Amino acid sequence: MSSSTNSPTHHTSTIGAIGAPSRRNTELALLLFAVVIPVFAYANVGLAINDKVPSGLLSYGLGLGLLAGVAHFVVRKFAPYADPLLLPLATLLNGLGLVVIWRLDQSKLLQSINQAGNAAPRQLLYTAMGIGLFAVVLIFLKDHRALQRYTYISMVGALVLLLLPLVPGLGANIYGAKIWISVGGFSIQPGEFAKIVLAIFFAGYLMVKRDALALASRRFMGLYLPRGRDLGPILVVWFISILILVFETDLGTSLLFFGMFIIMLYVATERTSWIVFGLLMSAAGAVGVASFEPHVQQRVQAWLNPMKEYTLSKTVPGHSAQSMEALWAFGSGGTLGTGLGQGHSDLIRFAANSDFILATFGEELGLAGIMAVLLIYGLIVERGVRTALAARDPFGKLLAVGLSGAMALQVFVVAGGVMGLIPLTGMTMPFVAYGGSSVIANWALIGILIRISDTARRPAPAPAPSPDAEMTQVVRPS
Amino acid sequence: MNKPLRRIALFCGLLVLTLLLRDNWLQYVKADGLKDDPKNRRVTIARYSTPRGDIIVDGNPITGSTETSTSGLNDLKYKRTYKNGAMWAPVTGYASQAFGANQLESIEDGILSGTDDRLFFRNTLDMITGKDKSGGDVVTTLNEAAQKAAWSGLTKQGGKGAVVALDPSTGKILALASYPSYDPSTFAGNSTSTDAKAWQKLQKKYDPNDPMLNRALRETYPPGSTFKVVTAAAALENNLYSSADTATDSPLPYIMKGTTTELKNEGNIPCKNATLREALRVSCNSVFGKIGADLGNAKMLAEAKKFGFDAEQFTPVRSSASVFSDNMNSSQTALSSIGQFNTAATPLQMAMVASAVANDGKLMKPYMVDKLQSSNVDTIAQTEPQELSQPLSSKNAQILQSMMETVVKDGTGKKAQIDGVTVGGKTGTAQHGVANSENPYAWFLSYAKLPDGSSPVAVAVVIEDSSANRDDISGGGLAAPIAKSVMEAVINSKK
Repeated sequence: MSSSTNSPTHHTSTIGAIGAPSRRNTELALLLFAVVIPVFAYANVGLAINDKVPSGLLSYGLGLGLLAGVAHFVVRKFAPYADPLLLPLATLLNGLGLVVIWRLDQSKLLQSINQAGNAAPRQLLYTAMGIGLFAVVLIFLKDHRALQRYTYISMVGALVLLLLPLVPGLGANIYGAKIWISVGGFSIQPGEFAKIVLAIFFAGYLMVKRDALALASRRFMGLYLPRGRDLGPILVVWFISILILVFETDLGTSLLFFGMFIIMLYVATERTSWIVFGLLMSAAGAVGVASFEPHVQQRVQAWLNPMKEYTLSKTVPGHSAQSMEALWAFGSGGTLGTGLGQGHSDLIRFAANSDFILATFGEELGLAGIMAVLLIYGLIVERGVRTALAARDPFGKLLAVGLSGAMALQVFVVAGGVMGLIPLTGMTMPFVAYGGSSVIANWALIGILIRISDTARRPAPAPAPSPDAEMTQVVRPS
Repeated sequence: MNKPLRRIALFCGLLVLTLLLRDNWLQYVKADGLKDDPKNRRVTIARYSTPRGDIIVDGNPITGSTETSTSGLNDLKYKRTYKNGAMWAPVTGYASQAFGANQLESIEDGILSGTDDRLFFRNTLDMITGKDKSGGDVVTTLNEAAQKAAWSGLTKQGGKGAVVALDPSTGKILALASYPSYDPSTFAGNSTSTDAKAWQKLQKKYDPNDPMLNRALRETYPPGSTFKVVTAAAALENNLYSSADTATDSPLPYIMKGTTTELKNEGNIPCKNATLREALRVSCNSVFGKIGADLGNAKMLAEAKKFGFDAEQFTPVRSSASVFSDNMNSSQTALSSIGQFNTAATPLQMAMVASAVANDGKLMKPYMVDKLQSSNVDTIAQTEPQELSQPLSSKNAQILQSMMETVVKDGTGKKAQIDGVTVGGKTGTAQHGVANSENPYAWFLSYAKLPDGSSPVAVAVVIEDSSANRDDISGGGLAAPIAKSVMEAVINSKK
């Protein structure tokens, strides 16, 4: 499919275009927009709040432009055939996120409760680190299939990352969710990195086992039921997800990992029964844990009746007004929003610039802005799935779909939670939310997707010239 | 592997679509409800983000706005201020960042805060020209001099009480005072240390005098003898008696029908078969009690209702309904007709009685908002005087006027006399408490008539719970001087 947009002569979906244009100039033009739009937004915030163009406009614009330029240069040099949309889309989200974080830094309310003030410069630093990791991935990971070698190391790594927050003295309980570790004054969310490492493990494992999982099955009521022993891996992952939910009280991370695994399992085996199993198991797990875990119960109550939770929060400690405040922020924004810098989303107070940053987008940019942001995420996921379709190797396909599926699930879980569609969880919007782990990990994720898409779209190596093959069928449009 | 991949792509698309639908639900369908939710802090922030419009008396604002230091947790920019707040509180009510608003501040909040739809054009213009949104003003009908006279009279007197003055020909409220009162500026902000404490101290729980009660509109008192004006009107209107100067059929002692109880007069006064004029002058319970019993409950109730009893008035600030009961027997009707038993009236109600008599029988609807203006003094809405009812014919009104003028000329209301002005009035001393154990209420209602025949003012004064000696309490002694000073203030301000 990826080739169809590039070359009129090819309509196959799995084989990359031979001699397809690299589209690097398209990427550069799009990047220009991705940098200019946030710069204008930044000026807009300054004019709205202080009636003057912010003094940091030049350095901010240059900083973002420089980072985008470096990223573009690395892609041009090391992944010339990569998808041209992924980098600009991520840059745009990252830039807009920086603007909104800076806007919340200006809130006197958030400053007075120490929730903001100097978050934007730090986020810019994290962005630089993220782009750095992105470059490292592209420079040192010449072929994504190299990751296949680390399948089982990845498993161990992912487990360690997931369990780190439970280590006494290292883990930090922030607002009820134990998904953080504290190292040298920095809070790190290992779950964000575990997401990528787990995807590598799942892809490597499923690539090897997919035939056994897919073929050895019995047919029952129209579904292919797996053999008992093949159920092992899914049970293990399910169990780990439940453990995350119980011990780290984080519904979102748990849902994300299990959902990612189900998606990859389904793609690997082409068996719908896995989805049915997955849904049943996640429902059973969620209901089971919710029946005895008070933190999860409270999140569900706050979701079902945010107004009651709001009223309780005024008198009873441990309850949070955030859900209702977020809904008010969205409602007050209406169709077109109040304009950047002119809303009152700082009323959300805690995590206004991280977990709840979407509420600020909603209030100040309105329905129109949120729809645009959601569509950008949708586009990133779509480019990711296209990369999976175009990839020529099963490992690459699985890894690409796992990473993009994880991104889609995370966006759904976070945005759905903030908008009151599902209970609130402790995750952050990729790229826009304040938080180093999230930004760095997601840039690495984009790096891997770009690497896979570069491999997928790279022209096939020219076959060795053969004297008796004068009129071979290889077509190479000039 | 491509078939499941396409399905996963579809699934991811569905996730995004679900989010888009939810967002449309939230930010389009539900947006206005969430935006205007009174618990949404933005509503309060918007209300106090610009200087509030003013409430205006005689061309001068009696309110103001002051910029507070917004920092951190205090996100409200402007705070309400009041000039002479305690005196005007029964008119303005309060607008507090922490405790909301009431009375005019609440009823006209849309205009004052600038959110009213009628200010839409102005606000749009301001937005285009880059000016801050500003609230409109509420111009009241009140008369500053009359209010000052009423307030200083009540303050000097020192007991709980209220004064209402009306312009009989239009229904404009000229004075509306209640004592003790409160200064709404003391809790206009949202500081927990000062404003919340001031608010708490004013609550009835902590202050038995209940200073936040608007006695002029919201408290009903037994009107006592002042109600005899209504009974006299009923007698004239129902042709029980057609002149002020013919003898009535009034035995003394008067034993109420169906009982063995005598309806006594205060002291030994000449009430036997007295004329209406004489009976009103010396305030005969026996004469007016019998008139009520003779007319019966239904006719008395009908007349009382024409004067505005049994209905709330919206000035636009709501007043409590005054009471004249239905389904009473003869002796209860007799007692009710001299302002006892269940009969209860707000000071506003009794001022309406006086004003209807003074306005040749026509009762005008009382109102206190003359007009609403935008910030650049364009009139947005103007209140037109409105006739509420006609409790008396013009002829009977003139008969009743002459009777009330006699009361002031040489009856119980002598203290309300004003040089060069004809004053008509009626005193009242209503009993109060079980077996009359508590201090009675002293009432006085009156109107003034200028030499040209016009009547610029009608007043009702009530003073309750006076700490003075019980024998000293009488409408004529305590309340009449206050009524006099209010009437003088109005007449002088007209000159």
